[in-house]
Amino acid sequence: MHIPMPPVLEVRNLVKQYDGARAVDGVSFSIAEGQCFGLLGPNGAGKTTTVEMMEGVTPPTSGEVLYRGAPLGARFREEAGIQFQKTALQEFLTVRETLAFFTRLYQRRRPVEELIRTCALEQVEDRDNRKLSGGQMQRLLLAIALANDPRVLFLDEPTTGLDPQARHNFWDLVRSIKAEGRTVLLTTHYMEEAYFLCDVVAIMDRGQIIAEGPPSRLLQEHFDDVVLELPREDIPGGISDFPMPLLVTGDRVEISTADVEGALRVLLSHGVPLRRLRIRPRNLEDLFLELTGRELRT
Amino acid sequence: MNFGRLFAVWHARNLEFLRDRSTLVFNFLFPLALVIAFAVIFGGQPQALFKVDVVAPPGIVLDGALHPFLATRHVDFVRIEPGALMETIRKVERHQVDLLIDLRAAPRYWINEDSPKGYLAEKLLLESASGQATREPVSGAAVRYVDWLLPGVLGMNMMFSCLFGVGYVVVRYRKSGFLRRLSATPVTAFEFGAAQVLSRLLLTVSVTSLLYGALALFVPFRNEGSVLLLLLIAVAGALAMISFGFMMAARFASEELANGAINLTSWPMMLLSGVWFSLEGAPGWLQAAAKVLPLTQMLEAARAVMLDGAGLAELLPQLGWLAAMTLMFLGIAAAGFRWRAD
Repeated sequence: MHIPMPPVLEVRNLVKQYDGARAVDGVSFSIAEGQCFGLLGPNGAGKTTTVEMMEGVTPPTSGEVLYRGAPLGARFREEAGIQFQKTALQEFLTVRETLAFFTRLYQRRRPVEELIRTCALEQVEDRDNRKLSGGQMQRLLLAIALANDPRVLFLDEPTTGLDPQARHNFWDLVRSIKAEGRTVLLTTHYMEEAYFLCDVVAIMDRGQIIAEGPPSRLLQEHFDDVVLELPREDIPGGISDFPMPLLVTGDRVEISTADVEGALRVLLSHGVPLRRLRIRPRNLEDLFLELTGRELRT
Repeated sequence: MNFGRLFAVWHARNLEFLRDRSTLVFNFLFPLALVIAFAVIFGGQPQALFKVDVVAPPGIVLDGALHPFLATRHVDFVRIEPGALMETIRKVERHQVDLLIDLRAAPRYWINEDSPKGYLAEKLLLESASGQATREPVSGAAVRYVDWLLPGVLGMNMMFSCLFGVGYVVVRYRKSGFLRRLSATPVTAFEFGAAQVLSRLLLTVSVTSLLYGALALFVPFRNEGSVLLLLLIAVAGALAMISFGFMMAARFASEELANGAINLTSWPMMLLSGVWFSLEGAPGWLQAAAKVLPLTQMLEAARAVMLDGAGLAELLPQLGWLAAMTLMFLGIAAAGFRWRAD
């Protein structure tokens, strides 16, 4: 007989009520072994509150969180690695000492040398941890999260505030951790990050999950069109007079269509230069806009 | 309870403290400067009056009729109860009283042969009357104010170090989110608390011991008792005060609030525990209230050792009280401990 393994993490009808506001409003999902699960949404959607309840650092108002089929307990704290969005560390300690401190809190440990190498902290290992750049700090926090060689890793907005290069380096790091077979829960408001790293995403808005599934499947389900992007100045005359619906985003306009040839013909017939035209597939940003009617980064 | 985790938290906190130079320097320099200043100001200054304690038959006024010596001007005659005789003899030994005379039967007086004022007071006594008086010489070095003050200043420094060192640090950890980070690890509240208490205990007792040694070089002071006993008192007192600080910090998430609450408790302790002056003349209820405070108990014990050479058996009430307070404070702290700021 086949006994199904319980999911690594399972969330059932989770609610967090703050004074007058429901930060998390009945959220349920589960994460399988080895999966990278992305919790997406704009700032204030309830991602961090959800994750903190899953980490056991914020008590839920109602609902439950299960780790391998059991409520969170000593086993979870031994086996989980957590990177908080913002964390103060003990002052006056170097990077190496900070890592040594955290590894000592666990029975299962990763050698400090290995953590330093994995997270590319060699250059700063003897530096006071208050004197790190944003990217170095995020790598240190990740190294701390890996100190117990965790079975499940929580990353809460790990790349917020990083420059693009540091962000890409961080993604490479997370991909190599994923390749080791660890279960990862990632929250982010960068849809690109989720698309790049996650096997499954759940999109949150106003405390609820509004869509869940593998990113490519979600896009297929919701869209059968592509987006044509043009600089706004290339459209002659008024936007509202144009015979096709145009979406203005900053200094660009977007045309959504399943009939690319037809759209191109209309553009040509109106004398729109196509030299700077870009055609892109639909992405998770579009999906969020489609589902909520609002842009993500507002 | 996992000692590995306790050790990790303890070790990290020790490193943090040792590297925070400003705090470290403040912990040494502040009391050192105070005691040296007081030694310079008060060291060996003579008092203006002779002080003579008198035991007299009940109901009889202290005047020249009882004994011609009592008619001497510029001498402060103080009647004491017969029951206080032994205690007053000790005061003669410490130069706190220049002469003690018992007039209940044939005059009998106690005099410290090392005391210049005692010598003069005795001259006055012998010249005032022709009759015989039995001489009871005692000896002992004078207790200067600095001898009395030194345990007080060391104790006060320990109190501030214990209350703020743990209280403020724990609140800072909570506010910054470091405690929340720790709550996601296997560390328990008890392990965390014990590590903080032990770290501060080690640091406070080490600083106080070094200070004691340094003071012994700069300002020769009196210690009639065992240094090991003093160490035991310091450990017991520090544990009680650190636990108190930890209890104060068990829930607060604002440094300002913690600062206010700790100030609110440390200032009365500084004034009521007899750091600067004895409460002997204060109303009874105030003395009773002061007795409850851990600093009072610690200073009483330390002065009993340093000034009177008290032994362990005589200190058991104070040590027991300090231990009981430690357990009570830690129990309350552990029950109400919060990891999160909100």
